[in-house]
Amino acid sequence: MSILLKAERVGKRFGGFVALQEVDLELRTGERLGLIGPNGSGKSTFVNCISGDFAQHDGQVTLAGQPLNGLKPNERARRGLARTFQLPQPFNSLSVLENVRIPLLFSGAAAEATPRAMECLDQVELGPKALKLPRELTQVEQRRLELARAIALRPQLLIADEAMAGLSNAEVDEIVALLLRLNGQGVTIIMIEHIMRAVTAFAERLIVFVAGRKIADGVPREVLALREVEDAYLGKQ
Amino acid sequence: MEFDLSLLLNGIVSGLLLGGLYAVAASGLAVSFGMLDIVNIAHPALMVAAAFLVVAVGGAIGLDPLLCAVLLSPVFYLIGVGIYTFYNRFFERRGDEALQGLAFFFGVMFIIEVGLVMAFGPEQRFLDPSYAFTTWRIGEIDLPLRMLVPALFGLLAIGLLYLFLHRSFIGLAIAAVAQDAEALRLLAIDPVKIKRLAFGVSAMLACIAGGALIVVQPVEPSSGQIFIGRVFAICIMGGMASLSGAIAAAFLFGVVENVTATFFGPSWAPAVAFGWLLLVLAFRPQGLFGRAA
Amino acid sequence: MSATTLTDPRGADRIRHLPFWLGAVGVALAVFLALRLIGNEYGYYAGYFVLQYVVLASAWNILGGYAGYVNFGAAGFLAAGAYTAIFVRKAFGFDLIPGILCAAVVTGLLGLGTGYLTLRLRGVYFSIATLCLAVVLQTLVVNWDYVGGSRGAYVIRPMTIPPFASYGEYIFLVMLALAVITVGIARTVEVSRLGRGLQAIRDNERAAEAVGVPTLRLKLMATALCGALMGVAGAPLPYYSGYLNPDAAFSLAFAVNAIAMPLIGGAGTWAGPVIGAVLLASLQQAATVTISSALNLWIVGWILVIFVTIAPRGILGWFGKR
Repeated sequence: MSILLKAERVGKRFGGFVALQEVDLELRTGERLGLIGPNGSGKSTFVNCISGDFAQHDGQVTLAGQPLNGLKPNERARRGLARTFQLPQPFNSLSVLENVRIPLLFSGAAAEATPRAMECLDQVELGPKALKLPRELTQVEQRRLELARAIALRPQLLIADEAMAGLSNAEVDEIVALLLRLNGQGVTIIMIEHIMRAVTAFAERLIVFVAGRKIADGVPREVLALREVEDAYLGKQ
Repeated sequence: MEFDLSLLLNGIVSGLLLGGLYAVAASGLAVSFGMLDIVNIAHPALMVAAAFLVVAVGGAIGLDPLLCAVLLSPVFYLIGVGIYTFYNRFFERRGDEALQGLAFFFGVMFIIEVGLVMAFGPEQRFLDPSYAFTTWRIGEIDLPLRMLVPALFGLLAIGLLYLFLHRSFIGLAIAAVAQDAEALRLLAIDPVKIKRLAFGVSAMLACIAGGALIVVQPVEPSSGQIFIGRVFAICIMGGMASLSGAIAAAFLFGVVENVTATFFGPSWAPAVAFGWLLLVLAFRPQGLFGRAA
Repeated sequence: MSATTLTDPRGADRIRHLPFWLGAVGVALAVFLALRLIGNEYGYYAGYFVLQYVVLASAWNILGGYAGYVNFGAAGFLAAGAYTAIFVRKAFGFDLIPGILCAAVVTGLLGLGTGYLTLRLRGVYFSIATLCLAVVLQTLVVNWDYVGGSRGAYVIRPMTIPPFASYGEYIFLVMLALAVITVGIARTVEVSRLGRGLQAIRDNERAAEAVGVPTLRLKLMATALCGALMGVAGAPLPYYSGYLNPDAAFSLAFAVNAIAMPLIGGAGTWAGPVIGAVLLASLQQAATVTISSALNLWIVGWILVIFVTIAPRGILGWFGKR
């Protein structure tokens, strides 16, 4: 399998504080990666470096061989990178359908925006609610809307940043099933999550961040058995 | 114009004195805009309103303008508390700060300015204290008391503000609100209460600045417009939440503006404020003294 | 956030333009015929006064209403347009219509420049910059003797311009045409991709950026368009009044009305600024006869504060379901 995402020595400093230090990561096309770590371990910082939210960081990031450094988030989105946010961030004055149409309007597929948007909504089972406003949706529906909007441009890589926080077990299973379905369609996915139930059900590979460093990388069962992972992360729960 | 060293030196010194006035004008904004993230564009209008009140009250009972401003400052504290309570109730809680909240402060600014025109007329007002026409001379350098006294007075007020923010419990709570309002809730301190108090203090500083302003120069209702550019430029240059940064920026700004006025004519002074503001926003939005975000 | 969403977004792909334009031209014709029947020169001048605010408020709304970025510099942009018209008349002998076009270009670039320097930051910095812009432009104009400096500049108006019945009718019709075109542009923006993108920016700029909306480019397009249309609103001003000085061109009335009118009518909809402008401008036009201009403006300030407080969605917000 080919390498989709390659991060080399990616780091980020805020003033004197080192939030992320020389992280290397190679992700193959179609992989399901789980990323875990305690709060403040640099997970979100890493995501923001990949997605372009931080204009400047150390190291190199490439997606399918194209360098991403210096590109703004919107340019990365149109090159096949999608993300969701820890808290759902819908466009509140626009209908559910319009929320999903927005990314399409600014892509090459503007003419097909409405049918494609409906297709994405059907995929997350929000089709019947297309004309509702985001605030009329339940929490889990808002999460699904976030995913529908993220996949509208048929991304190669989807980063789901704590897409399940605050959901019930049944709802978590629902989102995991959805992510697995997307992965089955060929989308490479990075799942950042605190909910171990979701991570173990989803990830085929697991990396662990502690204090801005990647301390483990491998098969979930083996990674979770590592002593330092237990000490740093699970021990605190 | 021919280069003249003593002209330049005097330009710098009176610029520094002007900087004292700008520092106290900007310090109130450093609290509201910098620390509380409330874009109070009506701050300079409050300052001008204070100057007018000082003229009215001080002129009527023959009181020194600076003393008069100190006596009036509790009134402005209450005005500030009132404005914030209203702002919080109708804009902050609704999440409408960006458009409606900004329009609200614009409306307040406008009402104050036009209200002053209606109450006092559009003409310039002044109130000269007894020392206004005395000038100390040190060698080639002039130190007009009209400038020196308000500058020192302003710095004294800022010194007290500094002590308040860094030594008192409430001051530390204000600093904490600036960092993270939620953290305060965990300590069972109501951030809204702290912000209300801080906004009141900010309005008090506008009053003090108004007192200093009327000693330095005559005011008219529209004077606030020129100060908007100045105080926001200073605040942003100073790195927003940093009081010491704002003071340093104020002195720098006073010198640059005054030297420009000395050599190119005073009518160009407002352009300096805007030019600086644009340059800062374009190249160092984190402020001259701030760290990169 | 506002009543902008179409009731059936599925229809957003096929917006019908013809009925709107026919309707707009129809309304314009009706207004013109009514004034012609009245046959009073004052009617044309009052009509011009209202229509210039329709243009100014619609222009403000493109950036402020759709994208949520507040432009405080309406007076500055309008005055820049007016002085551009004066300048090109004096320098190149351009008449009103080419003067309007030049004003659009100059103030469009002015908007683009201000936006380019400040829009990469939080929106409030852009607002603060526009707040100072008017003061600085006024300084420049006051110091610029070629366009009259602080003394002001005269535009000699002919008594009539054939085929129009009077000069008042001519200048009114020019502004009427500009108003129709501006409202049409505003509506086109609203239903276009640009308008949708601006709404997404207003709702959540970070999310818009993350899903591929080129936020900076859209904001710059909006600032340039907003600036250009404000300049257009101002370009005929010296021709309307025959004389222009910096105090009149940079009047506080423009700054406050440009914000108050869209917010009162309903920001973020093309009809909102039109409603707000017609209401507020007529009110002011009627009130100047009886009360002082300062009190007049003071009332506008209060209306603005009261509306954003109790009716943050404006008059249209009372009717919309959201």
